[in-house]
Amino acid sequence: MTSYLLRRLLASVLILLGASFIVYMLIAFSGDPLQELRVSNRPNREQLMQARIDLLNLDVPPVLRYFVWLGGAAKCVVPFAQCDLGSSIQGQPVTAALQSAIPSTLQLVTGAAVLAITIGIAVGIVTALRQYSALDYSVTFIAFLFFSLPVFWVAVLLKEFGAIGFNDFLADPRLSTQTIVIGALASGVIWTVILSGSWLRRAITFVSATVVSAGIMYYLSASDWFAYPGIGPVVLVVLGSGIAIGVTAIVAGLQNRPALYASLSMVVLGVLVMTVGAPLLNSMNIWLLILYGAIAVGCGLLAGHLFGGYDPGQSRKAAALTAFIVAILVALDRFMQAWPEYFNNTRVRGRPISTIGATTPNLVGDFWVHGIDKYGHLVLPTFALLLISLASYTRYSRSSMLEVMEQDYVRTARAKGLSERVVVVRHAFRNALIPLATIVAFDIGGLIGGAVITENVFSIKGMGTLFITGIKNVDPNPVMGVFVVVGITAVTFNLLADLAYSALDPRVRVH
Amino acid sequence: MTTYLENTADLPPGDPESEAPDTTRGLSQGRLVLKRFLGHRAAIVSLVALVLIILLAISSIGIGPISGWWKYSYTDIPTIANGGRPTLQLFPFSLGEHPFGQDRVGRDSFAMTMRGTQISLTITVLVGFTAAFIGIVIGALSGYFRGWLESVLMRFTDMIIIIPILISASVIAYKAGNIGGFWFLGLFLGLVSWTGMARLVRGDFLTLREREFVDAARLAGASDARIIFKHILPNAIGVITVNTTLLMSSAILLETALSYLGLGVQPPDTSLGRLISDNQAAFTTRPWLFWWPGLFIVAICLCINFVGDGLRDAFDPRQKKFSVRQMNRASRAEARAIRKAQASASQAPEADDAGSGGGA
Repeated sequence: MTSYLLRRLLASVLILLGASFIVYMLIAFSGDPLQELRVSNRPNREQLMQARIDLLNLDVPPVLRYFVWLGGAAKCVVPFAQCDLGSSIQGQPVTAALQSAIPSTLQLVTGAAVLAITIGIAVGIVTALRQYSALDYSVTFIAFLFFSLPVFWVAVLLKEFGAIGFNDFLADPRLSTQTIVIGALASGVIWTVILSGSWLRRAITFVSATVVSAGIMYYLSASDWFAYPGIGPVVLVVLGSGIAIGVTAIVAGLQNRPALYASLSMVVLGVLVMTVGAPLLNSMNIWLLILYGAIAVGCGLLAGHLFGGYDPGQSRKAAALTAFIVAILVALDRFMQAWPEYFNNTRVRGRPISTIGATTPNLVGDFWVHGIDKYGHLVLPTFALLLISLASYTRYSRSSMLEVMEQDYVRTARAKGLSERVVVVRHAFRNALIPLATIVAFDIGGLIGGAVITENVFSIKGMGTLFITGIKNVDPNPVMGVFVVVGITAVTFNLLADLAYSALDPRVRVH
Repeated sequence: MTTYLENTADLPPGDPESEAPDTTRGLSQGRLVLKRFLGHRAAIVSLVALVLIILLAISSIGIGPISGWWKYSYTDIPTIANGGRPTLQLFPFSLGEHPFGQDRVGRDSFAMTMRGTQISLTITVLVGFTAAFIGIVIGALSGYFRGWLESVLMRFTDMIIIIPILISASVIAYKAGNIGGFWFLGLFLGLVSWTGMARLVRGDFLTLREREFVDAARLAGASDARIIFKHILPNAIGVITVNTTLLMSSAILLETALSYLGLGVQPPDTSLGRLISDNQAAFTTRPWLFWWPGLFIVAICLCINFVGDGLRDAFDPRQKKFSVRQMNRASRAEARAIRKAQASASQAPEADDAGSGGGA
């Protein structure tokens, strides 16, 4: 194992070196960094050119210049040495530029990746379980459509309708009757497709879903919910119980009563935190929020352990998952309570969904207000990235699940009388995830590529902007800096994927 | 099962060989694939739509020196009529003076979109074929000969793979777009998009070269070139075709994205991506300039993807159409028919023949 790891690491380093050489040569020969100075008619042109030549070592031939760059880059790996990735044409050190660029790209890509993987896998599994149903066909078509969408086109559309349209709506947050009717009918159709069955059942689903969604939309509009949003204890009880039952049904099965009670107790705890423990949430920062999530999971594990039952492991799992989701809902409610404050802030002036940048400059407010601000800026670019990468995860997990469901061990599991839930969750789902590990790792690089375009549309100062300006100015060092980050990420994830593969699938041995 | 039994029972008791239906006659692999592909409704519809788009793009504004049936060219600057609004009417159908509208200076958006479609499609096809060619050569060489050649080629592929395609493509495209126009752009983009194809072809060659028919060919004294071209490559054609279509669908997105960033096709030429980036600032005043090029990208890409899906189903006989739900429904219907038959049989014994015939 150790020798395998060492060999893989060595190979990765060599591949990185080779690739960085290729990229460096490509940029070096793609144009002349002195072009803009050559055509300018400034009096001190010669000095400026000389200064730039000295700055970028342009008097050294490209192949040797690469090794000069590599010498500086190597210092990043050596401890206690000054990391030096060169400087841009303007003389700004690349390391400093990267330091400010990486976090904003990382935020964007992480959010989109996590959401795309979760939703994509869930949808893929469900469509695989109901192959060739109306749901399957609709999802297949939508996945192909998303697959074919140019990300920049979607991003501009989102900007136009998601941001400007939604902000205009928030100025007078009332849903028109027309909107309610269309929305309710759409929700009716969607629910009918999801919960297919006999024609009678479909009709019942359609009518009830339409009526219920129309009622909800009318209530939200009439009670001015969009201006003063919130979840509130009553809705939390309803939503939370639904989540507790759903999670228990998937993780433990509803006949496992202790697990159900443990999950429901977590909903009670959530309501208590929301009502009695509200002051606890007022002074918050990001670490406290993470701690709070961890405490919720801990409470879930404890409750599952106390309720026990014939399979305490299942109870713990169900309760912990429920606790985590309920905790997210409680935090969401707290964010919503800060909404009016953010909305009426002088820096925001009633246009909460932003199309430019990553934060509102000079915004004053507590953690929750800043959280909304960040969310308002990230929601559209994340959504654009999500749409693009969702499609492939849906397709991959669907085909992977279909393949697993045809395996002999699944038939054996059915034949020995296991319930369909156990067959799907225990035997099929876990094994269907194995090939996805490699695909996820492989896609990370592509996601960063998509981020380049998205950042460009939404003017986020991330690695994409750094990269594009670098290419256009024939400025090798920032481009190399971005490549180093992306390349190391890609190589690391590929290595992790191979290790994960051998850990998950005992048939695969590394040697 | 039931239908099969019934069919054999229905056959007249004469000479079975002379009565054998067409389906039992051997079909070549190509015929089978074609038959399965023609049975894929979405793929056929997409193929027709794609051909229509290509015909529209070529015939409307013509190609090269040959002029098409549309009155404006993408470089003409007619006077702006009606604020440049699109005149396309679906019912009753009429194109009008400027079906897709006009831009700020008055150029006809339909002609420009058609020109953009032509260029984007040309680049797509070029990328597809260049990348497929390189990928097949590298994959076939490393998969067939193995040894040091495989190590060198595959390490090289690994190297290219970890350079995100947008990075290598934009460096290359910026240069290519500036020097040689869109032909070069297509060729150069092909030079960086072959990695997936190479890996797949190598995988296929690795398994195929161990098969008996390759051993047989080698024992019969066939040369390496003959084995590769006559024995292995035809068997890998499914993977190659499917992957080429997928390459093309990603190529059109790559080209339009690069042109959108200003790194791909350079003016005075235009492409669908460039049209979108030129017109996004005018979205509030002239939204039609933004919609049409985008819709054409989506339509072309969607069609190529569906054709690729159809080809995959056609080439891969393991992916049989089998639905648990449909089988459950069929078995329920069968059970119902049996119950009905039994009920009618007990009620009216003289109708026994007809009842059991339907239910068995």
